[in-house]
Amino acid sequence: MNNRIAERVADFLGRYPPFSELTEKDLLALAGGVDILYREKHRYIFREEDPAHAFFYVVHRGAVELRRSSSGEIMDICDEGDIFGLRPLMAGESYKLEARTQEESILYAIPIAQFRPLVTTYEEVGNFLIESFASNTRNPYARQHSGTLVGTGFGSEAAIPGSPPALLPLKAPKKLVTCTPDTPVKDVAARMTVKKVGSVLVLEAGLPVGIITDRDLRTQVVSGNHPIDAPARAVMTTPVITYPKGLTVTQAQLGMMKNQIGHLCLTEDGTPGSPAVGILSKHDLLLAMGQNPEVLMRAVGRSTRIKEIRAVRNRITRLLQRYLQHNVPMSLTMKIISELNDACIKQVILLALQKEPPPPVPFAWISLGSQGRGEQLLLTDQDNALVYAAVEAGKQEETQAYFLKLAGRINKGLLKIGYPYCPAEMMASNPDWCLPLDQWKKRITQWMRNTGSEEVLLSSIFFDFNYTYGAERLVRELTDFIFERVESHPIFLQHLARGALQSPSPTGFFRQFLLEQDGAHKDFFDLKHRALLPLTDAARVLTLAHRIPGINNTAARFEKLAEADPANRELFLSCSYATKALLKFRARQGLLHGDSGRFIALEQLSKEEKMKLKRCFKALKGLQELIAVRFQLKSVL
Amino acid sequence: MLKRWQHFIRTRFGNGGAHGHRALPLANQPFVVLDTETTGLNPQRDRILSLGIVPVRDARIRVRECREWFLAQEVFDGESVPIHGILREGPNARLPEREVLEGLRERLEGTIVVGHHVAFDRAMLQAAYARWELPPPDQPFVDTEALYRHTLIKSRLLRRKERYTLDDLASRYGISCKDRHTALGDAQITAYALLHILEALKSKGVRDTAQLLKLGGLRG
Repeated sequence: MNNRIAERVADFLGRYPPFSELTEKDLLALAGGVDILYREKHRYIFREEDPAHAFFYVVHRGAVELRRSSSGEIMDICDEGDIFGLRPLMAGESYKLEARTQEESILYAIPIAQFRPLVTTYEEVGNFLIESFASNTRNPYARQHSGTLVGTGFGSEAAIPGSPPALLPLKAPKKLVTCTPDTPVKDVAARMTVKKVGSVLVLEAGLPVGIITDRDLRTQVVSGNHPIDAPARAVMTTPVITYPKGLTVTQAQLGMMKNQIGHLCLTEDGTPGSPAVGILSKHDLLLAMGQNPEVLMRAVGRSTRIKEIRAVRNRITRLLQRYLQHNVPMSLTMKIISELNDACIKQVILLALQKEPPPPVPFAWISLGSQGRGEQLLLTDQDNALVYAAVEAGKQEETQAYFLKLAGRINKGLLKIGYPYCPAEMMASNPDWCLPLDQWKKRITQWMRNTGSEEVLLSSIFFDFNYTYGAERLVRELTDFIFERVESHPIFLQHLARGALQSPSPTGFFRQFLLEQDGAHKDFFDLKHRALLPLTDAARVLTLAHRIPGINNTAARFEKLAEADPANRELFLSCSYATKALLKFRARQGLLHGDSGRFIALEQLSKEEKMKLKRCFKALKGLQELIAVRFQLKSVL
Repeated sequence: MLKRWQHFIRTRFGNGGAHGHRALPLANQPFVVLDTETTGLNPQRDRILSLGIVPVRDARIRVRECREWFLAQEVFDGESVPIHGILREGPNARLPEREVLEGLRERLEGTIVVGHHVAFDRAMLQAAYARWELPPPDQPFVDTEALYRHTLIKSRLLRRKERYTLDDLASRYGISCKDRHTALGDAQITAYALLHILEALKSKGVRDTAQLLKLGGLRG
């Protein structure tokens, strides 16, 4: 059939997910069933409670807004290539939102009857839909949604993140140098020299039958046991010990120990009966272990100079990169990286202490902000404070001077290993943040009593403090004091809550994203300020209100809140997920652009990435509403 | 009953004339947008090379029902090849003209035929049907150029063009001209223009087919 119009439709659809997953043939068949509609500005495509059409829609040109007619709240704005009106069709429900053109638009109406079979044939299509449906639900991975919303045919497991890999798989070794059993040893040695490798795999009919290493050449040939023109089969070690590709560091270590060998042959399925994919040497393993948390941890402890710590810090960044690449669960990543960062900071403190006379009284170093919350993946500003035990009268000034000098040295050390100074000077070398315990208590009481909003902002990150070094007792006492005081100052929580609502969630604005209006980051999206900060602030005030001590990590706080407040379990879990997703996103962006990942150029994101962000904002919005109600704040939203 | 009434009107007021069509709300009126590529501009001497149709119902372009036919030629005019690109032995299956004309008649049933400068397409079709001694299509024909004129603001201050080409309409409505100068491609552009025009006319109070035919229908 000659239908060039269908081809044009297919050309367009093929540029967007999930249609981009279809084969040309299926896409063209689908495009052939499409109707093309034109709607002027502000025309309805469907209204809430309308029975589902036989079609769902893709925006070809223009923009369509989806809103709840009762509240008029815009839930989503679809532009070129966006799908809408599909979910009710899959679920067999009536429309739950109304769709109206925001500008004049051309829409493709795709018959559901023709699309449905593709959902089951193509796994990616199913996954994409689950993702996109999830972005309309609170918790993207809520099981009841992924199971029922699309009816049968979807693998419901598809939406649930894979089981956590215990250890990272080793990177596949790069080059495989091979020979046949008949190759003369002389040639083998020449090949090894040229290729700069320590081992050669002997293949027969494509399968590994033996291995020749430097050691074999030494013990078998140079020793005179075999002439240099002997065939490879005479000197090779056989059979080859084979392991499956993608084995972990530990597995490889065990394999070498067990067989007392230095080279492992990796094959497709781990048996000598499948094609070889590479050789893993002890050297490869050592390199890989260089990016192992334990090794790094030891390296930090052994550092005697700031410069050495700095080098380890760089390796930590590489480790993070690999964790993100391999989708190691975010909670685990956060834990490991924070531990390593903590260890670096501790080592800086230790080195600083060596250069100063012993402290006159016990003290503790406190990390604030993201490091305090255990969320620091990339190097961000240093936020810290110092608390020391009570000093006898008359020695106060002298003592503070000592600790200020020490803190100054530590701050400088932290700067050297890559933590820039905090622009707000929330650092222990600032006399305001370097106080004896009783003064800290006084200060906290002051914050709680006179809760000017400026004060709240200033103090809020203090409540995410975490003990890093020194006398832990001091820090614990401070924590207990805060919880005690919160009880008697409910107004403080209200102010903290108001602070949490100060950055409105970025939803509901044009095309969902609110970009920076001016300054150096004009037209960028401020991920920290618009998305992460509100989540962190909210988690903080809620944990304080629920008197949940000892948890500073935002995602963990939400998980704890889900337990403490089962009525909002779904919301809290989705917030926990959103926090992790956003942190990961920030880390990825940061690694990509070599910065803190705070500002994001939206147009560089893929459609899926944008969708993920949107989904996170939905959770945030629900959370802010909850806070407004719980702390009886007039809606600032 | 309806059939007889229609027949009565038709015989009384002439075939397919602007007044002979039953007045339907525009939303319910099916359209077929049509374009022909020909060997030249003389309906008596020149022949139809290809024919594209784009059906529009309920203000939707029905992609599934779009068709493009390439006609087997008895005479071949090499001079027009550079314009339309249709070769005598092109890659597309060639159908006998008579077959195409009969197929077309079926698909035009109950519709209003729309085209840009459609008077020419109609003349070509009428000549072709006559050659095969078949009755010509009796549907009303509507010209998008005429309709488009009526969407424009009437003001003495604005000098209007003499002619509006399909390219003018495409650029006015931001329609892609990717397949321009193929029968189906031009029909598609015209169909997009029709969707825009119908909306624009609606806001000017044009609500049924009788009004539409008055604005853009071809006479006789």
